[in-house]
Amino acid sequence: MSIGHTLLGLLESGPRHGYDLKRAFDEKFGHDRPLHYGQVYSTMSRLLKHGLVEVDGIEAGDGPERKRYAITDAGITDVERWLATPEAPEPYLQSTLYTKVVLALLTHRNAGDILDTQRAEHLRMMRILTDRKRKGDLADQLICDHALFHLEADLRWLELTAARLDKLAEAVAK
Amino acid sequence: MTPAGSLLVADKLCKAYGPTTALDGAEFSIHPGEVVAVMGPSGSGKSTLLHCLAGIVTPDSGSITYNGQEMATMSDAQRSALRRSEFGFVFQFGQLVPELTCVENVALPLRLNGTKRKEAERAALAWMERLEVDDLGKKRPGEVSGGQGQRVAVARALVTNPRVLFADEPTGALDSLNGERVMELLTEAARSANAAVVLVTHEARVAAYSDREIVVRDGKSRDMERAV
Amino acid sequence: MSARQWSRDLAMGVRFAFGGGREGWTRALLTAVGVGLGVALLLLTTAIPNAMSERSQRNSSRDDFTYNAKVLPKAADTLVIADTDTTFRDKDVRGRLLEPEGARSPLPPGVGTFPAQGEMVVSPALKELLASDSGKLLRERIPYRVTGTIGPSGLVGPAELAYYAGGQGLADQLSGGTVERIDYFGPSKWKQPDTLDPILLLLILIVFVVLLLPVAVFIAAAVRFGGERRDRRLAALRLVGADGRMARRIAGGEALAGALLGLVLGTAFFLVGRQLAALAEVRDISVFPSDLNPSPALALLVAVAVPAAAVLVTLFALRGVVIEPLGVVRTAKPPRRRLWWRLLLPVGGLALLYPMVGQGNTNGDFNQWLVIGGTVLLLVGVTALLPWIVEAVVARLNSGSVSWQLAVRRLQLSSGTAARMVNGIAVAVAGAIALQMLFSGVESDYTKRTGNDLNRAQMEVSVPAGTSVTEAGRQLARTKGVRSASAVSMTTVGDRAKEPQNELEVAVGTCAELREVSRLTSCRDGDIFRIGDGEEVSETKKLAAAGTTVYFDPEYEGDTTDAVAWKVPAGMKTAGQREDPTGYARSGLLITPGALPEGAAAGLVQRVFVTVDPAVPEARDHVRNTAARLGGPLAEVFTLTSSEENEQFRSIRTGLLVGATCVLMLIGASLLVSQLEQLRERKKLLSSLVAFGTRRRTLSLSVLWQTAIPIALGLLLASVVGLTLGVVLLRMTGTAVTVDWASVLMMTGVGAAVVLVVTLLSLPPLLRLMRPDGLRTE
Repeated sequence: MSIGHTLLGLLESGPRHGYDLKRAFDEKFGHDRPLHYGQVYSTMSRLLKHGLVEVDGIEAGDGPERKRYAITDAGITDVERWLATPEAPEPYLQSTLYTKVVLALLTHRNAGDILDTQRAEHLRMMRILTDRKRKGDLADQLICDHALFHLEADLRWLELTAARLDKLAEAVAK
Repeated sequence: MTPAGSLLVADKLCKAYGPTTALDGAEFSIHPGEVVAVMGPSGSGKSTLLHCLAGIVTPDSGSITYNGQEMATMSDAQRSALRRSEFGFVFQFGQLVPELTCVENVALPLRLNGTKRKEAERAALAWMERLEVDDLGKKRPGEVSGGQGQRVAVARALVTNPRVLFADEPTGALDSLNGERVMELLTEAARSANAAVVLVTHEARVAAYSDREIVVRDGKSRDMERAV
Repeated sequence: MSARQWSRDLAMGVRFAFGGGREGWTRALLTAVGVGLGVALLLLTTAIPNAMSERSQRNSSRDDFTYNAKVLPKAADTLVIADTDTTFRDKDVRGRLLEPEGARSPLPPGVGTFPAQGEMVVSPALKELLASDSGKLLRERIPYRVTGTIGPSGLVGPAELAYYAGGQGLADQLSGGTVERIDYFGPSKWKQPDTLDPILLLLILIVFVVLLLPVAVFIAAAVRFGGERRDRRLAALRLVGADGRMARRIAGGEALAGALLGLVLGTAFFLVGRQLAALAEVRDISVFPSDLNPSPALALLVAVAVPAAAVLVTLFALRGVVIEPLGVVRTAKPPRRRLWWRLLLPVGGLALLYPMVGQGNTNGDFNQWLVIGGTVLLLVGVTALLPWIVEAVVARLNSGSVSWQLAVRRLQLSSGTAARMVNGIAVAVAGAIALQMLFSGVESDYTKRTGNDLNRAQMEVSVPAGTSVTEAGRQLARTKGVRSASAVSMTTVGDRAKEPQNELEVAVGTCAELREVSRLTSCRDGDIFRIGDGEEVSETKKLAAAGTTVYFDPEYEGDTTDAVAWKVPAGMKTAGQREDPTGYARSGLLITPGALPEGAAAGLVQRVFVTVDPAVPEARDHVRNTAARLGGPLAEVFTLTSSEENEQFRSIRTGLLVGATCVLMLIGASLLVSQLEQLRERKKLLSSLVAFGTRRRTLSLSVLWQTAIPIALGLLLASVVGLTLGVVLLRMTGTAVTVDWASVLMMTGVGAAVVLVVTLLSLPPLLRLMRPDGLRTE
């Protein structure tokens, strides 16, 4: 999961303090693993270096949490690209996919498209596996089947999420 | 945006059953020998799309062209004849005539086309052999397992050497092993006969036997390959 | 197994029938409607004898003419009554003129006060007819003023046309036979009581058996409506722990529920039906709803037998079915149907009937129970034999077109269902064939050839004495719709003026008119002829020798006419005999008007033979009106027919026709229901067959074959059994055995037509089912 893209995405709705960013992140995505301040600080300085964010203002006192960040045009493009690129189908993708869907909803992008693109990618992978299975021996078949069933589970999650997008959008907007 | 060389093309299909909209501007195209999966959640209109493509249901608007000919201009009898000779069908269940033996079931489409009984049953047995159910010839559908019955149904769908095979959830009533075997045999047989396959399914592992998929959602279709 | 368990399971079945969701009560309702129709028909049929006896009772309580040769003396309690029956179109109108002679003159039933001269009381049906436009011609004929209506107690049926009008001076015409003096209404002491002869009784018994048996078969079929779905529900019951026997009893309970509801519906149908029956009129017979009362014993029998039969039939039908928790298994290889016990039924029936062969010759009575038992066994044998035959034949059928293959294979798999469907028709047709044979065999005994020559005249009008000789013929000939009218006047001459010993018939007419009734070589006005065969001519010569005196219209007791003496002139010629249009060859004298003595004309009764123009629809009624104008209400008009049926025989035949129509319609309805049910079960299959390009014609044809094959077998069997029964019945009545192939063909044709109609009616739903909507699963 890319914390940088996630934070960028959170900034798209408006400039925030580093502290706000951490809190928004923890609230939406970090249920079991809250972000450290250090992580936020290092990520933001990297993004600053690449010109994806800029400092919008500094409040009195010092420390990274006192800076207010805003996203740049380059930053928006970067988020766009990241969302549109399907993840490589592999097990335990859901946290990344979930993040992408929520971000898309937050930024009023088409979350359904993300799911569809991901589905196509999953299916492409499944086709390759199915093909390999067809030509391979029993061991190949069993190995491929394992992967196929996992991918299928992902796909089912995609289906289900697609069916619940409206509800999710409501929950996210709160 | 009809791709060149397509065998069966549908454009801006709309169909409503009473107040329910089943199709709302769906599009579709398939090349000879291609296997296309039609995916989507229940009630999304994928079966209706298949019924329209096969000329079983007349769409409210939009066009369907098979082999360069507009389906809407054909009479019901012509469409029936088309389904008899150019198309094949496999459904989830309820398709084999329970009173006829398996071989008679497979021979049925040929007999409907006027082939002599002996000849038709010989051809039927050949196809049953390819689908590994030739030993069931004398049995009635009630006496064979679901997987065997489905293979008999595939044999029946292919016996006329159709150019398009329509399969609506062909493995829907089968366990994964039987389902996979049916899909393998179906796609293999279709590919070797250069038949196009329109495969309606909601299962990804079944759709994985296709060359590409289109997704139907709320009556609208989405061709994933071209979208990416 | 305890009775409590039984009743508990049955009760559960009843609950399932009504509480089992839409499907459950649809099935119960279907069964109930079927059973209800059957029950209504049963009740209606069992009510017919009662209705008939009510009718005849009312008919005899208004009996007036005693046909007593002696004329009653006038008294305070006497009444002179005249029969003025007429016919309007093809309906009989019962007409009477009443002339009370004292304060205590008897009133006919249903009439409150005697109508005065020129007034009448009428039946409600006649009142309506007279008031309508179409009754205009009849109004001319009975021009009396309507002052009241006849009550139901004076009518045999609600549609009867009848009137009582006031008369005057009727006593003058007491001699004719159409006027009589009576002192009571009621069964005539002089008339022989009507008894049914044994052959007619046999006919009635067989008619009842033949009509009721298919109804019973139909009820048995109705309780099995929707059986396949029911079985699936029972399987679900097994899953939750009912054992096989419980499931079966629960099924019985469901059938019981349907049957009980059917009894209720049947009673309702019956009550509605008998109200409708009042509106219907079959061959001049109409009945009051209140007359259609089934006897309590029979009604009770129906109420007990129908539910019991429903339970038994269900249990019997399920004997070859194993209800497993996961579905219904029809025992994979049903036991081959065995022939011997099936043959036992018809053979037993024949054995019961055989001892009675030839009894009709000696006029002995038939044992009713043997007749019923034998006929029932023979006909039930059809339902037992048919499943075996269908199974045996269908198993041997093979290749053919696709539609044929589909049908044959389906029949092979479920020949029992197919046989059950046609059982009712087969029984009905077998019975009808036997009855037809019996009817045509004994027809000649109950039908008289009249000898009327319809080419020469279609009507005969008889005008009483007092009308001018030439007037009647002339006026009738001028009547609208009449092509020609040939009048001959009749009278008699006797050897004495009062109570003559010998008499001769005399016909008076012009040469042309006389030629209608005799062969004349030459004729001039003023001629007199003797006519008759050799013996008769010598009789005539003796009685009416030239110079002797004879008396025209001699006087009998009660007559008021005066005889006219006539001295027989010389120079009488001889004429050859010729049959008149009614087939009568006369004898006696023929006299031309010029030779008729003065005063003799007054006693002449005119007979006019009328030829009508068939293109004028109301010609006959115009003739009747002219006759009434000429001769008053006592003019008699006959429509000539080539044959005449015995009244009882005719009504039995009518009853059979009406009943058979109802039964066949009922069976057709049940065929249709089970046909539709089967189609609905196969909705998905039909749709997928259509999807892969099966022609609708192929599927429709296969449905047709599917019904036609068992029907053909059923009709074949029905013909064989029917002919056998027919032969036995004819031998019983001692009638020569002849097979009326035309009627066999007709009965089987009617059966086949029912099937054809059912198939046609099931086509629209079939076509609808074959629409692709059936493929939708979502």
